[in-house]
Amino acid sequence: MPDNSILRLNRLRRTFGGVVAVSDLTLDVCRGTVTSLIGPNGAGKTTIFNLITGYLHPTAGEIIFNGRSLMGLKPHRIAAAGIGRTFQNVQIFPQMSVLENIMAGRHLRSRAGFFYSSILPPVLRGEEKKIQESAEKQLHFLGLAPKAHVPAGSLPLGSQRMLEIARALAIEPKLLLLDEPASGLNSRETIAMGELIQKIKAMQITVLLVEHDMELVMDISDAVAVINFGSLIANGSPAEIQANEDVIAAYLGE
Amino acid sequence: MKGKHSAGFFALIGAIMVMPLLVTNDYYLGVLTFTAFNCLTCVGLCLLMGYAGQISIGHGAFVAIGAYTTGILTTKLAWSPWLAMLCGVVLVLVIAFCVGIPALRLKGHYLAMATLGFASIVHVVAVAAVDLTGGPAGIVGIPRLNLFGYVLNSDKQYFYFAWSAVAAGVYIALNLIYSRVGRGLQALHGSEDAAASLGINITAYKVQIFMLSAVFASVSGSLYACYVNYIDPGPFDVMHSVLLITMVAVGGLHSIWGALTGAVVLSLLPEILSFLSDYLQVVGIQYQPDYDTLVYGGILLIIMLFLPEGIFSGISSVLSRVRLLFGKTAKGTDHAG
Repeated sequence: MPDNSILRLNRLRRTFGGVVAVSDLTLDVCRGTVTSLIGPNGAGKTTIFNLITGYLHPTAGEIIFNGRSLMGLKPHRIAAAGIGRTFQNVQIFPQMSVLENIMAGRHLRSRAGFFYSSILPPVLRGEEKKIQESAEKQLHFLGLAPKAHVPAGSLPLGSQRMLEIARALAIEPKLLLLDEPASGLNSRETIAMGELIQKIKAMQITVLLVEHDMELVMDISDAVAVINFGSLIANGSPAEIQANEDVIAAYLGE
Repeated sequence: MKGKHSAGFFALIGAIMVMPLLVTNDYYLGVLTFTAFNCLTCVGLCLLMGYAGQISIGHGAFVAIGAYTTGILTTKLAWSPWLAMLCGVVLVLVIAFCVGIPALRLKGHYLAMATLGFASIVHVVAVAAVDLTGGPAGIVGIPRLNLFGYVLNSDKQYFYFAWSAVAAGVYIALNLIYSRVGRGLQALHGSEDAAASLGINITAYKVQIFMLSAVFASVSGSLYACYVNYIDPGPFDVMHSVLLITMVAVGGLHSIWGALTGAVVLSLLPEILSFLSDYLQVVGIQYQPDYDTLVYGGILLIIMLFLPEGIFSGISSVLSRVRLLFGKTAKGTDHAG
């Protein structure tokens, strides 16, 4: 196990009935890298994300984040441990404004409960102000500031994906899981997404990425892991992966 | 509280203060007091349904528990109505917690059915536990509330008191909506998975908002019991719970003001209908009170078809369209000038 591993999947296994979705997968994600998980549709990539973030529980194996086991933790506890995520089918809060979406992301960084929130809001004015200021900063970072008060549901898909990432960044994660951030985006938006991921890396946040756009993956990744039928078939730098015959076979079919 | 809401809140306070000066008839003042009880329940229900996105067809049961706790403790044990109301709140918190934990695991129609079942259980207990609740005969002789040693004897006093409770409820609800907690609730309404990914404990939040909205209902029930001085199971059947969510839906789920509008309109509707029936009699149509249900159903159908967002936002959007129209005309005049 490398010393700089932030996330370690150890012989991770998940079955659905008789179907093995993830099969004894062992993988390390190194601190400060952009690591991509690629593989054909149905290879088990999203299942791996759901296992890491607690939406599914492994049948066997272990997940260690920052030296601490995540086994049995609910999604909100895993978020508190420092893992942020986005979803394959964008899940913003459509009724809330763009700003409120990000403010909701500050949940873990603030403490107000039911009592003070409902009866004595002036006590919380300082905290609310901090929440709003940091959310506005986040909006500026992503260039969404002009849309702050628009209902999030009315944004175009590209902006919704940006917003979802901004909201995940608002929890100040140490590790960010992005599930197909470029799917449905046009080429200009995809380039912007690549730049955003580089910026996130520059903020010392480790990124684990599932993506089908190979140009994007090879461009921004430090390491690429290839999954097929729930197993790891290759793992290495983008150049190594592009030259790997097993990978080519898995993608093109033999 | 945000700008437009504080304006709305002060308008509500103003309306409460002025109303008894306009309505001097004790009967109509009484009708408006009954309206306040529904408004209070609906504000709580709106937090649960409109903001947290959890449906409950069982809130009439919490009203009943509040009313019966007050009735039993004040008549059988001669407790102060205030203490009895507090006991009702505590009891409802415990019951809502116990019902909420299993029920809120369910979603949509299943949650609706579970809460409906709860409502019918409470109604059955109210009818059948004769020793405790008096059964179908109910409980008589519930005392009026006193405020700083003053007994609220007149209808006007109770009107002010009940509507102050509504104002307090609206204040609490509006504060909550624009807070960390309110954002958490709206987030889990939008997407439970995404809310959890931000560290929001969705199970705890659902149970807590269920408990809070049950407290609104319980206080409303206690106030009702102390006002009418007599309770029986009749008003607390399952249809009452259905009527409560109809009020919230008719007014508009996504806004506290909508819930208030719906509660006021549907609470006053029987009075409006009986008023109209006098006129119908003049033109030779015999209106029977039984037709009320028909009119309710028709109104609900029309609103769901044409104003699915509820009366309140329906009216707001018509108003903003009118404003837009006038704005354009004004601009046009400017150009002409």
